[in-house]
Parts: sequence; C-alpha cells; structure tokens
Amino acid sequence: MREQLIFEHSRPGRSAEAQYPLDAPAPSLPEHLRRRSTPLLPEVSELQAVRHFTRLSQLNFSIDTHFYPLGSCTMKYNPRACNQYALLPGFLGRHPLAPESTGQGILKCLYELQEMLKEVTGMRGVSLTPMAGAQGEFAGVAMIRAYHKARGDLARTEIIVPDAAHGTNPATATMCGCTVKEIPSLPNGDIDLDALRAVVGPQTAGIMLTNPSTLGVFERRIHAVAEIVHEAGGLLYYDGANLNAILGKVRPGDMGFDVIHMNLHKTFSTPHGGGGPGSGAVGVSERLLPFLPVPVVGLEGRTYRWLDERDLPQTIGRLSAFMGNTGVLLRAYVYMRMLGREGMHRVSEFATLNANYLMAKLTEAGFELAYPGRRAGHEFIVTLRREARDYGTTAMDFAKRLLDYGFHAPTTYFPLLVPECLLIEPTETESKEELDAFVAAMIAIREEAQADPAKLKGAPYTLPVRRLDDVRAAKQLDIAYRPA
Amino acid sequence: MPFIPHTADDIREMLAAVGAPDTNALFDEIPAELRSRALEAIPPALSEMEIGRLMSERAAADGQRLNFIGAGAYEHHVPAAVWAIVTRGEFYSAYTPYQAEASQGTLQLLYEFQSMMASLTGMAASNASLYDGATALAEACLMAVRAHRKSKSQRILVPAAVNPDYRDVLQAVAGGQHLAFDLLPYDPRGGVTTTASLEQYRGQDVTALVIQQPNFFGMLEDVDALTDWAHEQGMLVIAVVNPTSLAVLKPPGEWGAKGVDIVCGEGQPLGVPLSSGGPYFGFMTTRLEHVRQMPGRIVGRTVDLDGKPGFTLTLQAREQHIRRSKATSNICTNQGLLVTAATIYMSLVGPHGLARVASACLQRTAELVAALAAVPGVRVAFEGARFHEAVLLLDRPVRGVLEALAARGIVGGADISRDYPSLGNALLVCATETRTQEDIATYARALADVMQGAAAA
Repeated sequence: MREQLIFEHSRPGRSAEAQYPLDAPAPSLPEHLRRRSTPLLPEVSELQAVRHFTRLSQLNFSIDTHFYPLGSCTMKYNPRACNQYALLPGFLGRHPLAPESTGQGILKCLYELQEMLKEVTGMRGVSLTPMAGAQGEFAGVAMIRAYHKARGDLARTEIIVPDAAHGTNPATATMCGCTVKEIPSLPNGDIDLDALRAVVGPQTAGIMLTNPSTLGVFERRIHAVAEIVHEAGGLLYYDGANLNAILGKVRPGDMGFDVIHMNLHKTFSTPHGGGGPGSGAVGVSERLLPFLPVPVVGLEGRTYRWLDERDLPQTIGRLSAFMGNTGVLLRAYVYMRMLGREGMHRVSEFATLNANYLMAKLTEAGFELAYPGRRAGHEFIVTLRREARDYGTTAMDFAKRLLDYGFHAPTTYFPLLVPECLLIEPTETESKEELDAFVAAMIAIREEAQADPAKLKGAPYTLPVRRLDDVRAAKQLDIAYRPA
Repeated sequence: MPFIPHTADDIREMLAAVGAPDTNALFDEIPAELRSRALEAIPPALSEMEIGRLMSERAAADGQRLNFIGAGAYEHHVPAAVWAIVTRGEFYSAYTPYQAEASQGTLQLLYEFQSMMASLTGMAASNASLYDGATALAEACLMAVRAHRKSKSQRILVPAAVNPDYRDVLQAVAGGQHLAFDLLPYDPRGGVTTTASLEQYRGQDVTALVIQQPNFFGMLEDVDALTDWAHEQGMLVIAVVNPTSLAVLKPPGEWGAKGVDIVCGEGQPLGVPLSSGGPYFGFMTTRLEHVRQMPGRIVGRTVDLDGKPGFTLTLQAREQHIRRSKATSNICTNQGLLVTAATIYMSLVGPHGLARVASACLQRTAELVAALAAVPGVRVAFEGARFHEAVLLLDRPVRGVLEALAARGIVGGADISRDYPSLGNALLVCATETRTQEDIATYARALADVMQGAAAA
C-alpha cells in the first residue's frame, strides 16, 4: 500500500514537457542575484505525477468515501455543484484588482451572500474577508477591542472563555493583545453563572461562547449570560463553529450576541480540503458596524462596489491581501441558494435528529454519555472511562479500531474536561443505515475490548500504516526530504 | 429534500428511538421566545439546473479579458492535471489529518510540499501553509519577535517598496500585540531599498528587517547587502518572495553571508488560479533552530508499530489546540487544498519547467515595458533589473485609462497612485508566460488609442 515519495520517482532529464512555455530565452539577470543550485523539485513524466498523487489520494479517508463523524467539524456532504459553479471561467480567470465594472456578476453573488448571512444570524452587517474560523475570531475580538477603544474605555482587555472552548478562542484573545479568564462549566454542561458574575468587571472586554457549546448542549440561560456581560460593559462573541445545530431555529443576534463568525466550511458545506481553505465570515450588531474588516461589498443604485478604508474609517483593517477566500464564498453562495428559505431549518432539524438518534442508540447499547438527560445539539459526547477502567482501553484505542471498521473516528480528547471522550457529530447528510452501522461497530469494538484489549491497542491493522510513533516524529525531526 | 436522505419511515423510526413526537421537539431546550421566525430574506430554493444557469449568466457577464495585472496575484498556466486531481473527493472532502493512519495521502503530500518549499527557498524547515502571503508576513513578524530573544523593541523595519496591502495587513494582524513598524523609503531612481536608508537605525534595538524580492514595483533589491547590514546590526531578516522567481533568483537561504532567518510569501503562482482573489495560500520556511517558533501545521516522517515509514502532524505543542492562550498563533484550518494544487504543480513543471516559466515572465515583461513605454504620454518609473512587473507613469489619471482599456477587453494593470502619491499617476503592469507577443501588441495599440483619444489631464 505504500507509495514512494515523488522524489524517489524522479530521474534527471525526465519531464512533463507539455507544461513548459515554448518561448523562454535565458534571462539576463545580474550575476549576484542569480540562483546557482537546482531546487529539489521532482523530474517526472506527467503520468508519473498523475499516478503518484492519485495513489496518495487513495490513502485518505474523506466524506466522499467514509462516514466522518468528526465532532465540531461538521463533515457533511459537499455538493459537487458548488465546486463546478465556483470554477466558471468568468470567476476563475478574474484578477481581484480588475475594475469593479468588469466584476458585477461576482460582486452581486457576494453581496447577496452577505445579505443571506445577515438574515440567518440576525446580525446587522457582514464582512466576508476572514479566511478561516480562527481569523473570523480574530476579526471579532479585534472589533470588540476597537469598540471599547473608540469609547475611550481603555481598561477593557480581558476576554472570558468557558473551559470547554476551542483552543482557538484563548489563542485569538492573546493575538488581539487581551488576557484570558477561564470560567468553569457546571456538571450539566451549562455555564457557571456565579463564576461568570465573579469575573466580570470594568476590565471585561467580552466573552466568547459557542451555543450549543462544545459539550454538545444548548446554553439555556443564554439571556442571563448576555445580561451579566452587557451590564458589566462587555460584549458577547458567538463562535459559529456549531451554527449547524441551530440554523433557521434560533439566531445568535436574537440571543443577544454582538458579533459572530461563521465557519462557511462547516455550516455552509464548502470543502474542508484536507485542512482548508476555510472561510470565517463575521456578522455584527449595530454598534460594531463601523469596525468591520474591509473590503465589504456595497450596493449603490444598481452598481456593486468594494467599500474600503475610505468608506469605513474606523475599520479594524485588512485581514488578507485581497478579499478573503472568494472561491469558497461562491461555493457557500451556491449551497445557500440550493437550500433556499425552506431548506435552512432542515439542516439543523436533521443534523439534530441524527445526533439524538445516534445518542439514543449508543445509550441503549450501554455506552455512557457525558451529559445524560440533555438533548443533543448536532453533536454529543460519549465517555469511555468505564471501558478504560474495566478493560484498560482508551478512547484513542476505540478511535483507531473504528478506522479498521471503515469509519473515520469522532473527535477524541476534546473537550479536554471530559475523560476518555469521543465527540460525535453525524451531520444531516448521513442516512439511518450509516448511523446503525456505526453503532454496530462500536458494540463490536467494545466486545473486542472485553475479550482481547491488546487487539484494540494494536489497531489499526487494515490501513496503509499502523499506529505511528509521534514521540519519534517530534524528537528525530524529519520534516523535509534530503536525497541520500 | 436536497442532500438529506431521510425517508418518512426513517424519520418515524428515529423519532421513536429518541422519544420525541416530532423534530421540533428536539429543540425544546431552546427558550421559546428565542425561536426564529421564517427567514424571509432568503430566496426560495433553486434546483442544481437553475443555480447552474444563474451562475453561468453572472460568470459570462463578468467575461474574460486580457489580463496585465500582477500586484500580488499572477496569471500562470495551470496544467489540466492539477485541478483534476485536487478536486478528487479524497483530497477535496477530507479534513486536517488528525487521524494520521487514515490521512497518509494528505500527510505525505504535505511532507513533499514542505521538502519542495524548503529547497526552493534554501531553508531547512517549512510549515504546511498559512492563509495568504499577507498574513504569512504578519505571522513572520510575530515569529521574529518570539525568535529574537535579545531584542526587546518589537520594532520591525518595513520598506515602502513592500506590497502596501501586505503592510496594511501587518498593522491589522500584528498591531494588536504592540509591534511597531518603521517605514523605509525607496530610492526614487531605482525603486529599491538602499542601505543608506537604514543608516539611521545603526546601533538601535530593532527586531527584524523585511525584504521583498522582487519588490512591489517588480524591481530586484540588492538582497545580499541588505541582509548583511541587518545581520551586522543584530537584526533578524524576513524575506518575502515570489516562488516562481526562485527558480532563477538566488534563494533567501543564500542571501548575504548567512542567509535570511524567515522566508514567507504568496503561494498562488504555483498552480492556483486568480479566482477573483482567493483562496490562495501563504508559505513560510525558516532555519531549523527557529522551527519551534513557527506557526501552523508541520508534518513529520516517522515509523509505525511495525517500523514502516509513515507521516504525522508533529511539534503540535506549538499549536492552539494544545497550548491555547500560549500558542504561537491562533491558526487552525489553513489552506490545505491549495497546497495540494501547488505540490502537484511543482511536480509537473519540475525544476527546469519552473525556470522556463520564470524566464518567459522576464522576457514577456521586458517586451511589455518596451512596447508600452513607446506610447506617447507613458514612461517607465524606475531603472534597473526587474522580474515580471514594472511601474509606468502616465500623463493623466490612471483610473480613467484602465476603464477605457477594460471596455476594449483589456485589464491593463493596477492603479497604485493612491498608495504612492509621490509617484503621481502610477500604473503597475505585469506579463507572465501566459501573455504572447501578440497580446502585448494588442495592449500597446489599445493604450495608444486610449491615450490619443482623450486629452491629457
């Protein structure tokens, strides 16, 4: 199953010469600026390259090939139409700095996307430029900072995050020059309001929340949270990682949030691409409108144009060289138009139905829930601490064995506060048969754990490699090939 | 229901298993007063056929014009095989390779990418991508502050000849952490940064010097002299480079006596279409001694339980999901799919193909500059060696000229007058290997037409 490195296919003098420009005279460059060494790029035929990368692709699990219930990542089907229509020549060949008069078609798509995102989130303004969720978070916290600064409220430098938050939340706060205050969750998964009251004050810039939280449950007292933070003078940030759970059912704007980022690569089904590109569009309430990152698409009469620093003098600025991950935005636009008004709420309904069904079936099979008695949002947490105690197997052992059964593993060991956890998010695009098969695999693996725990410890067995030595990877660092 | 597989029987059985009367009951933990009304502003659903027609009409309206803009995004030939493979579902619809055993394809590809970028830039270590060239520079500046333990100033020298949008992003992304950026003027004759402009910083505590090669004007900086000057003063050096140019230009790892410390740039020229501005990808490479200060994913080669080679994410203790508020950056999702395109692109063109692409860019740009400078009312701003861009000065405002050219099917360049007011009416033009001599002649004729048609301002 192993595929050689592309460099091992390389032979001097071999090439994919159809790709060479025909007319390329040797450049006249000053001697001291010239390259003397040949860079380590492969010399292979076109077929060798095609075969190599096709074979590599076949070593991956993906949504198109496997059930991929990776919690907090919303691995739903990425409709092919979204890709095809984002790659039309008029969009693909267009230079981002070409005159606006030559791009009214694409600007109309982006403007309408802004409007649709405003509607589904209940916010007053949207900027599409952030290039991933974490950059959306950055934009959000930077706007909160800019808002306080504009009011002369310079002491507000603390960002509150629940202990269950994604790591990007505290890391973002640091990047924005803020300090982080963590607050604990209650045993039922809700925020500890007393702890929240204890940390807010004149130094509070804001709070970052996901709702439903990363524990998979809806924060029922969100109004109380909003009141406490707003009364203390802070703002509320909504991390849209879990927007799929509430799309068309409840809007962050109506919950009292001042700013939100949306992961278009989750809720709006743009591809995850083996780790991006994402897209982290931000939405804001009235009071943060002046601070939106630029550029934003504006409509004047019947003409669309980019609004920049001249239109929004208080903007937090530019977050990308051009206007964000435009091609990703087009894919999200096509997806939203295909779902339409009547399709939005179906996303959350069936994502939640699938999660609650899978949760019920796993409970029935004797697996332990981290938050029993709660409805699941679009995801839920199973803790395998009993299996760990009784059989000595870990959540990681279950995850690796699931790969042998043909399922991508759920998210493991996140959130950090639940021991031996699997965070499971089936999404709305999976069928009941697929969910039933996953439950059957979990039951079979537990039986294996009981009978022969060593079998789980050695998993996976059927993949291109067995479990990898992560310690060696970090200690004997080999991150670039060097020919022998 | 589009993309939802549930039959009426499925729904019934599943609700029964959950113990809920209907799907609405699944949201009973959400306070009733918060429940959303109908989303009136969202239009009704379209079928795939209908949205296909709508998008085709809009794309056709935008049309396809002869492009002569660079300014940070470059039109290159993209081999057909690149995106045919990139859009295979196994790459397109996978995610960050957290489960290494089920992601060996993506991981090996990233390792190959890191190897190619390290060699192309002449450095030891590469990450697996950042968002784009501009954010890569911002991350490089933040990294320099972490890596330079002796410097306390958090002060970074940035030439005015660095892409102005990159400078804006620097301020927006790194300004919040109290980095200070000092602007270095360019030499008005050569359009390059000189060591004379650096003299005022001699003996001061400065963290790093940024050098863009080729610079925003397309001119080639004297990178050896600048690098050595900064190193002698105890600064780190951050190079911002165009990857295509590195096939013929000296890699930053060999600049000056010691080579630079951090390299970053925009990866778009490597197999990524212009696509109206993105998605592109940023790259970053560095010396081995700084690898633990690098942001973003890094893939390492290791062995499995049977001793067979395999690939995995490594040095994760730098990252946000482990270190949280102490992480090197908040970056999580990066630009994996674009790196997939770049790796396939570099494999197809190889070292000699990439050198030919770079040579063709140089040749076409020289021809373009000669043809346009012959048009009355047009002159070349700077003298000296350049790569594939040039600044032209017009005798009238650039914007109107560009609109008139667009009406003739030509996207004539980037208007940089607002970013560089002292240049006057300044137009940045570019020709890559995709422009033919005929294209250039067409542009020159159209420009002569436009310049003749309207009176000079």
